[in-house]
Amino acid sequence: MIRLSFGDRVMTVTIYILLTLLAFMTFYPFWNALVISFNSGIDTSMGGVTFWPRDWTLENYGIVFKDERLVTAFLVSISRTVVGTIASIFITALFAYGLSKKELMGRKFYMILCIITMYFSGGLIPSFLLIRELHLMNTFWVFIIPTLVSVWNMIIFRTFFQGLPAGLEESAKIDGSGNWGIFFRIVVPLSGPVIATLSLFTAVFHWNDWFGPSIYITNEKLLPIQTMLKQILNSNIVSDQMSQLDSAAQGQLAKMRTVTSKSLSMATMMVATIPIIMVYPFVQKYFVKGVLVGSLKE
Amino acid sequence: MAQLSVNEELLKKPKPKTKNAFLRFAKQWDIQMMVLPALLLIIVFSYIPMYGILMAFQDYSIFKGFMASEWVGLKHFDMFFSSPEFFKVMRNTVIISLLKFFIGFPAPILLALMLNEVKNLMFKRLVQTVSYLPHFMSWVIVAGLIMSMLSTDNGSINIVLEKMNFIDEPINFLSLPELFWSILVSTGVWKEIGFGSIVYLAAIASIDPSMYEAASMDGASKFKQIFLITLPSIMPVVLIFMILAIGNLLNAGFEDILLLAVNPVLRDVSDVIDTYVYRVGIQSSRYSYATAVGLFKAVISVGLLTMANFLARRAGSSLW
Repeated sequence: MIRLSFGDRVMTVTIYILLTLLAFMTFYPFWNALVISFNSGIDTSMGGVTFWPRDWTLENYGIVFKDERLVTAFLVSISRTVVGTIASIFITALFAYGLSKKELMGRKFYMILCIITMYFSGGLIPSFLLIRELHLMNTFWVFIIPTLVSVWNMIIFRTFFQGLPAGLEESAKIDGSGNWGIFFRIVVPLSGPVIATLSLFTAVFHWNDWFGPSIYITNEKLLPIQTMLKQILNSNIVSDQMSQLDSAAQGQLAKMRTVTSKSLSMATMMVATIPIIMVYPFVQKYFVKGVLVGSLKE
Repeated sequence: MAQLSVNEELLKKPKPKTKNAFLRFAKQWDIQMMVLPALLLIIVFSYIPMYGILMAFQDYSIFKGFMASEWVGLKHFDMFFSSPEFFKVMRNTVIISLLKFFIGFPAPILLALMLNEVKNLMFKRLVQTVSYLPHFMSWVIVAGLIMSMLSTDNGSINIVLEKMNFIDEPINFLSLPELFWSILVSTGVWKEIGFGSIVYLAAIASIDPSMYEAASMDGASKFKQIFLITLPSIMPVVLIFMILAIGNLLNAGFEDILLLAVNPVLRDVSDVIDTYVYRVGIQSSRYSYATAVGLFKAVISVGLLTMANFLARRAGSSLW
């Protein structure tokens, strides 16, 4: 072992301190929100709640789970995420498998068609008008259909499929399998890691998307939890600034005395975060790989 | 004789080929069926909106529809360039983009360099796990956390500042225009720094360790090793990501600004091209005008990307 010089040791210590600080600054806001969500709202408004709840209560969560609209929104988010992810991964993987076949006629043209969309798009307004013309507004399908194909995921899938050993497919062909059979019986079972990674990214997209619904959905029963949360949070900041009371969260406020808009929105926020926090540990090892595959040049 | 037979071949060739192509296509019908649904979706949801951009040159009316609406040439572009908002929106877009680029781009590289010096694996993994977390949260959640941290109602930042006697009264940070850019840019860095560092860490991991051994034999300090070995080795990766970032330069932000700049007081410093398009397009239903503004941005963006790629090709690492 070479002994570290004084300068090197100073640098190492500085790095440890900076990284600890970074980890703290990243983690603390989540922790504090969790603490406030378990603290009585009235007590929170007196200030000083930081690392630990001062006045423990489950009331905030009680209200969130009793609120029919929030429960509906949660269910909308879950169904959207499940259906959207499965459908999108299926269509995109099939697309990528087709494009990975050298004999596919028009392959180059199809690829160019895809790649152009990565650099240029019609933009917000023409897409919005199209969705309206297609009568997708205020339907569940507006969450699913426009996002079925992801060109980015297709490229990752394709790169992966092209790396699969060609011999396996050939032997399946000799056994009489067609391309569909090969896809379902050989390619899909061999693609576990890449399917897991891209499913995670797709699911996170679906779970987190709030903007689409905010312009395409007016029916409250179809709003996902993130969009609902956005409305609750906005109503808070408005009241923060001009103590103006309206909107959903504030209406409940009148009924429930100890709950404040802040404690309620922190509890809603935690509920909207839980599914991701739950899958996070399981998929962490995959997404590092996924990012690396995704950053490869085509 | 020989020439004649060549000519004959040239004349004959096209005909069998078309027939052949049709047969080949019919024969691979099953693979074509695999790509068909996705192709249709791309044409409908990506190419029809591109065609719809033409409405920037129309006075689009929902009652007349796209076909019957009146053509007005560059009227909407003129209107945007001469509107009082033009200067403000362009200034905000450019400044916020540049701030994000100059702070947000090097930040993950710096984090990767620091993480690479950590020899304690437990600590390293902990820092990484925590720093990736915000990337997976929606902007709604992140904005909610930031608002909560900065709020006057039990916001931790205000609590700390008060305890340290820097301030007497809680400050309502998100209503101060002079602070908005700093808050926006730091929030962006906070959200993406960890995730952005993954690629650079991988690039660093592929550097030959014997280079470091040799350098430390020669008495190079850690600091020198970073500058003389690590940074030059990851330069190709840095360049590629820089090109991508330059292509994105006009994307000053959309979700983050919509969610953080709730207070109308901030409009003068928060309105960028994308939020402006949303406001005049979706909220005020001025479809043609908003499309024109969006097209203006898209054209500059494609120009920037092409230019960046040209520069990168000269430096030896192009994207396409």
